[in-house]
Amino acid sequence: MASVTETDTRGAFNVDELREGVASALAEARRLGASGAEASLSLSRGMVVTVRLGEVETIEHTRDRGLGVTVYFGQHTGSASSSDLRATAIRETVRAAASIAKYTAADDCAGLADPDTLATDIPDLDLHHPWALGSEAAIELAQRCEAAARDTDARIRNSDGASVSSHEGVEVYGNTHGFLGTVAATRHGLSCAVIAQNESGMQRDYWYSAARRAGDLEAAEQVGRSAAQRSLRRLDARKLATRRAPVVYEAPVAASLLSHFVGAVRGSSLYRQASFLLDRLDQPVFAPQVRIDERPHLKRALGSAPFDNEGVATRDRDLVRDGILQGYVLDSYSARKLKLRTTGNAGGVHNLSIAPGERDLAGLLAQMHTGLLVTELIGFGVNTVTGDYSRGAAGFWVENGEIQYPVEEITVAGNLKDMFRQLVAVGSDVDLRGNIRTGSILIDGMTIAGS
Amino acid sequence: MSDVIERARGALLAPAGLGEAELDRLMGRLLDHRIDYADLYFQHSRHEAWSLEEGRVKSGSHNIEQGVGVRAVSGEKTGFAYSDEIDLPALLDAAGAARAIARHGGGTRAAARRPVAGRELYAPIDPIGSLDDAAKVRLLEEVEAEARRQDPRVKQVMASLAAVHEVILVVRSDGVLAADIRPLVRLNVTVIVEGAGGRREQGSHGGGGRYAYAYFLQGDTAKGYAREAVRQALVNLEAVPAPAGSLQVVLGPGWPGILLHEAIGHGLEGDFNRKGTSAFAGRIGERVASPECTVVDDGTLQDRRGSLNVDDEGTPSQCTVLIENGVLKGYMQDTLNARLMKVAPTGNGRRESYAHLPMPRMTNTYMLADRHDPQEIIGSVSNGLYAVNFGGGQVDITSGKFVFSASEAYLIEGGRITRPVKGATLIGNGPDVLTRVTHVGNDMQLDSGVGTCGKDGQSVPVGVGQPTMLIDGLTVGGTQS
Repeated sequence: MASVTETDTRGAFNVDELREGVASALAEARRLGASGAEASLSLSRGMVVTVRLGEVETIEHTRDRGLGVTVYFGQHTGSASSSDLRATAIRETVRAAASIAKYTAADDCAGLADPDTLATDIPDLDLHHPWALGSEAAIELAQRCEAAARDTDARIRNSDGASVSSHEGVEVYGNTHGFLGTVAATRHGLSCAVIAQNESGMQRDYWYSAARRAGDLEAAEQVGRSAAQRSLRRLDARKLATRRAPVVYEAPVAASLLSHFVGAVRGSSLYRQASFLLDRLDQPVFAPQVRIDERPHLKRALGSAPFDNEGVATRDRDLVRDGILQGYVLDSYSARKLKLRTTGNAGGVHNLSIAPGERDLAGLLAQMHTGLLVTELIGFGVNTVTGDYSRGAAGFWVENGEIQYPVEEITVAGNLKDMFRQLVAVGSDVDLRGNIRTGSILIDGMTIAGS
Repeated sequence: MSDVIERARGALLAPAGLGEAELDRLMGRLLDHRIDYADLYFQHSRHEAWSLEEGRVKSGSHNIEQGVGVRAVSGEKTGFAYSDEIDLPALLDAAGAARAIARHGGGTRAAARRPVAGRELYAPIDPIGSLDDAAKVRLLEEVEAEARRQDPRVKQVMASLAAVHEVILVVRSDGVLAADIRPLVRLNVTVIVEGAGGRREQGSHGGGGRYAYAYFLQGDTAKGYAREAVRQALVNLEAVPAPAGSLQVVLGPGWPGILLHEAIGHGLEGDFNRKGTSAFAGRIGERVASPECTVVDDGTLQDRRGSLNVDDEGTPSQCTVLIENGVLKGYMQDTLNARLMKVAPTGNGRRESYAHLPMPRMTNTYMLADRHDPQEIIGSVSNGLYAVNFGGGQVDITSGKFVFSASEAYLIEGGRITRPVKGATLIGNGPDVLTRVTHVGNDMQLDSGVGTCGKDGQSVPVGVGQPTMLIDGLTVGGTQS
């Protein structure tokens, strides 16, 4: 393996040591009398370089290690974790977990994943692409990115900098059902944030690129130019008078709508009956043309996983088809609480995707005709129990399908139950930079509060 | 005092065989290049959490985090590396990586080491061992029972108890040697109630600070959280849709002080002002609030969650006046930005852990009391909103726009509090929202000890507070236009 930094003297990760660490944690758990145990050991290292106004600002060398252990004494559970991976520390961590299990109550849903759900075939998802990037090369890349941003327009008067990051990690998970799985992965990034300024004041925006393989990153100059253009278009923003209108969520912020959906169909929300989508399986929850699926095995994608955090096999599946809810997002515990089977989602969803439509963003704005284009959301005003939704926003007012002027200091509000049913269209401008993959989304009938 | 430093050395340096000679060698390695300043941040933290739902404590966890952050600064440039192994070879490696930020040759010499005393704001205890595990479980079970006792509509009760014991030691190239032993405890209750027609709503409350667990056993403290969570949830069962648009807003005392944290707090952090990216940059001496407003960031409050004896760079905490009678007085600084702005550090240099770089962060940020009676403030509003509890908030410090989301709010109609309304997000503009504060109450309160602030991917515990206040015009993000 190529090393990530020129000063790293430790060389390649020793995966065998990690596997031995997991095995010894499981053995210690058995020795203490546990009926079952699972352990996860991870090692990652990387570098982050930031440049601002053309000069190096920071060079960070990252190196993180961790051990997480959960032990089961019959129906009693205890967990512990540590950043210390020495043999004595591993044993102490297991002992700390076992000690907690003496005090926790019996829980008939607790326990490892059922053996017949565990992954038997572990596909190689092509996630590991180390980048032989020295700090000098990283600095040069970040400088080119920021320079392109600053050169875009004279109104780019300040910068929060450009950043290049590269991380490489290995994670080993094992349990006392005999599962032992290893995943090696890399993640690289390039980002830039700049400030545009005129008589109306300052506006800041950013753009970034993220990929498993350095060659898949967007060109540095393009990232810089996008950051600059996004800042510039916010200048001279105004407030809006309060009104009801349709809203197009630009693709990068549209992903948040799908996160709220996942939060409502996650097992922990459902068994606590703390979800606005309780008992909606096989019922319409989205508009009829909506299809949402999960694709854990996409090669080199950012959310891919060959097995979940419990070793359960992951597979492609539909969550929503023709607007009707097909399944939930479950781990073994919540599945048992709901008397269902795990869906391989311990730790979250993997490459959640909503089927794109035919129109790009401009086409979606034409379809909306008059309404709000939201490009930024701030605040946490989402209630998973009720679906009530109220968040701060910035974006553009649109009339006759054309952007008229930028807007800020407004809120968009509604209820997610209604918003999902009024999801009129998804754009073809799919954003692939994360675990949720969506184009821009047009939603009818929201309340915009301003002056 | 020096006792804390000795205890920290014993916990962090002695087991690794790191004495004076080894520290000298590390410092020497760091300063061998053109480095202006360097520091070593040793940390050992233990966390535990217990959580209850469905009437039982079903899970508990324990976490240990330890390591050393090694930082080298040259002008505006920072080189940073860290190691979770506290031993000399690993640290020499990290020092070699960090110093590469500057060119070889030249550089300062390390100053003689001198211990710096921090304040004594909290007992240097380990809260995790302050109660036996069976008693922790019983505490959660009692809280659950108290919640269910309030009303048959209570359907779910989730309670959690958490504690942190942190020991830190900072060794700086300018000779400063400082340490802190920091306890932190927290108890939270969330309830879900079900009302007519199957409508479900939730309520939450909690508290804590730099105490032992015994804090929650005093009087009615823990059960009080349960009752308050239920009360809030039941109010929300009656809530009607909130209005949308600009309204007069009366904020209650205490946790609504999150307004200050978002509207002006982040905008007054030294890094943003040094870089000129904050909407408050270059505005010291200007009016940014009405004359009734005096706002401080105070790290010196006894036992509070947001307090620190020394910050994470070894600077003793202080009370920094941010706004005085409406005029902007100062920013919050860490050492790097203080040096670049040619001002003194203010004890606001904080970091989430040894694996993160310090930056200016808040401690306890609050507005001082003024003279108005809170009932008169409400009585003066003919048509507005009264908001007393909030979830979280967020801010864009460049445009100045900030939000915070109400979790308990009421309409004010003809000077009287009438119906509860659903939680709505309030949005405003930091540099001018406080100029529209027309009345500040006499009832200053701090929050109950539950605040966590996130910045640049790093979380730190903080406090907020304020008296009741009236803002003449804030946008309410409801659904009734």
